[in-house]
Amino acid sequence: MINIIASLLMLGGLIFFLCGSIGLLRLPDLYSRLHALTKADNLGLGLLLTGLALYQQDLLFALKLVLIWLAVLAASSASAYLIAQHARRQETGQ
Amino acid sequence: MNTTNMLFIDILLVTSLLSLAWATLTATDARRSVILFIAFGLVLTLAWARLLAPDVALAEAAIGAGLSGALLLAAVQHRPHRAVSAERLNSGMLDNEKQNNSNRPDLKSSVAIRWSITLFCIVLAFILIWALLLALSSETSETLAQSVSANLANSGVSNPVTAVLLNFRAYDTLLELAVLLTAVLGIFALSEERTGYLPAGPVFNGLVSWLVPALILMAGYLLWVGAHAPGGAFQAGATLAAAGVVLRLAGKRIIGLPQGSALLMNMILLSGVGLFLLVGLTMLVLGRPFLGYPPAMAGYLILLIETAAMISIAATLILAFLGGRPQNRQDESC
Repeated sequence: MINIIASLLMLGGLIFFLCGSIGLLRLPDLYSRLHALTKADNLGLGLLLTGLALYQQDLLFALKLVLIWLAVLAASSASAYLIAQHARRQETGQ
Repeated sequence: MNTTNMLFIDILLVTSLLSLAWATLTATDARRSVILFIAFGLVLTLAWARLLAPDVALAEAAIGAGLSGALLLAAVQHRPHRAVSAERLNSGMLDNEKQNNSNRPDLKSSVAIRWSITLFCIVLAFILIWALLLALSSETSETLAQSVSANLANSGVSNPVTAVLLNFRAYDTLLELAVLLTAVLGIFALSEERTGYLPAGPVFNGLVSWLVPALILMAGYLLWVGAHAPGGAFQAGATLAAAGVVLRLAGKRIIGLPQGSALLMNMILLSGVGLFLLVGLTMLVLGRPFLGYPPAMAGYLILLIETAAMISIAATLILAFLGGRPQNRQDESC
């Protein structure tokens, strides 16, 4: 039962990653591409890691995964902000 | 997991490695090429992990993908005459749109260089494959891995990779550190520190405020854990250097290097090779072979050498990113 839930969560995460990748390739400008990417990073990775934690059923392992998720969340949102800010500055010619 | 699944993953890894390598080499824009190279390094990290070589995977992630990527990006950013060459390339393309670009002399010579490097790499690859096949087919009574695990108890550490790097083949590691020291001398001789990093905004500062302490903590952990699990001075030094690079990118003046004291800086840079040599010579004085530690002391000596090596390696890599000896200026106070 737990394995099925874990598989479903990981599958959900993969769908987010797929959507993020399609968005990165198909969306017209930088801002919407960033929007698509951060969704994959945040929710997709979250779902994937939750699935993995359920699958492994080990508290220390789960704690490490949570740490990874938090680090990626902070790093990806900060870098998305920095990329967007740089692009905005170049557009406005500052 | 069954072998078919693993074969699928292996094929996926090899295909993405080869296509990323191809994309890196054929990219027209240097910045794009560097970013593809970083992606190549990350996939290579996965490949090492798949080959059950976590030590190499860690080193590849920290040095190969991370710090080399930062160094290359900085080099692309600061290379001289960038605007001029880009303009020349553009006008060249417009003028002779039908003419092949390889007719221009500078491109022609670069194509020749590329092909000779390609040829060299192909020959090297075949030599490596031949050596691998030779090693796999030869049936010696004792392989190196077997003799390492037989003598592991006397090495002072329980991680075989650290035992080889810092004990059995410590001589090689000493020379590697000497190579790094020579690289720093070259950097000092060539240029001044690159400047012009803007002070970071609140979001980047927020990231720096937790990332830098986390990186320092992780470097200490990697150094300590190297005795019995994947880790060690090189990975720890690269992680520590990453903290310095992040601080510099955020526009900080103080990035962990000594301020205004050339003597202290030189001592930090020399400490890795210096302590290594000191330990080695002490062994000679005690009537043992050069770098032949007594088994009872080996663990402590290795930790001592690795700590000094980590600090030297970190300082070397930060200086490589700065691009020269840091200048002591009083006018900036951030």
